Amino acid sequence: MSDTTGISFEALEGEAGFGDYFALLKPRVMSLVVFTALVGVLVAPGPVHPFIAFVSVLFIAIGGGASGALNMWYDSDIDAKMKRTRARPVPAGRVAREEAFAIGIALSGIAVVMLGLAANFTAAALLAFTIFFYVVIYTMWLKRRTPQNIVIGGAAGAFPPMIGWAVATGSISLESVLLFLLIFLWTPPHFWALCLFMNSDYSRAGVPMLTVTHGRRATRAHIFAYTLILAPVAIGIGFTSIGGPLYLAAAAVLNALFILGAIRLMRRDEEAAAGDHYRAEKRFFRFSLIYLFAHFLALLGEAALHQSGYWGV
Amino acid sequence: MGLAREHEMHRRRLGRNLGVGLLLGGFVAIIFGLTVVKARRGDEMRSYEHIRPAEQELAK
Repeated sequence: MSDTTGISFEALEGEAGFGDYFALLKPRVMSLVVFTALVGVLVAPGPVHPFIAFVSVLFIAIGGGASGALNMWYDSDIDAKMKRTRARPVPAGRVAREEAFAIGIALSGIAVVMLGLAANFTAAALLAFTIFFYVVIYTMWLKRRTPQNIVIGGAAGAFPPMIGWAVATGSISLESVLLFLLIFLWTPPHFWALCLFMNSDYSRAGVPMLTVTHGRRATRAHIFAYTLILAPVAIGIGFTSIGGPLYLAAAAVLNALFILGAIRLMRRDEEAAAGDHYRAEKRFFRFSLIYLFAHFLALLGEAALHQSGYWGV
Repeated sequence: MGLAREHEMHRRRLGRNLGVGLLLGGFVAIIFGLTVVKARRGDEMRSYEHIRPAEQELAK
């Protein structure tokens, strides 16, 4: 089919705009990467030149975005089956799979090398491992094989603050491992809450989500179990060099509310949940976002207070 | 019949070209900025093989 200019619409569909390539990098995930990596840089001991910090966080974000593009390359078949992901550039036909792959690989290389040159090679090695972990271990190997996929995938999303810490210190320490664990243990309850009200989408795509393989009751129990394991880690950060009274107070309140929310979810049956259109599940999901954001914000507050000498340090 | 000037395809291509241009310009600015910061800080800018043997001994 042609219009009066003689250009076929099929050709136009293949003409991606700049925004389509940007969408390959999963900008919303990138914003979380930027925030947590930046906190990692800022709370770490030792000054980092502002420009080095800016460039490092930028390339950590580009590395995260590159792994998103590689994820869209590999998962384009299942993305096409899910309502949530159907409009992504590859399944929508605006960007070719091969293009997504080329952009992902190229940006991965650029991000790792540039981070190594701008900051140090510990940070660059961690970024390279994060991309490898997310693309090969999670996307290509385990996502379609185990209902624990979210737990494994969460590890990839948990690396950015650790990389940020390595940018500032050139090393890995207890604090950066705890920051990793905070996101790692937060991801399953956060994502499983989403699955409770988006279940049919994953079933259609054949992804073995916990809600599909073990049922919603088991998923609710898993969410509760993870909030219990998460709480001591989150509060434990308060007793390290980056913690303090402000963080401890915030963590105590946030974790109490998170556990209470999980108990509420566990007590609900499917009839009640369907009856009010999964209101409690949606509220728990929204709160999980606030939970993580507030923890990192409290850490930033602590860093600011430490630096101003308010805590007498 | 010739191509219409304001075809959607042209708009998308212009957007892509501008985007790539800005990214390349930004990349050059970043490399330049990093060089300035590292040079001012006194970081070692030479590669290892360009350091004289006596300096290599000192570095050890």
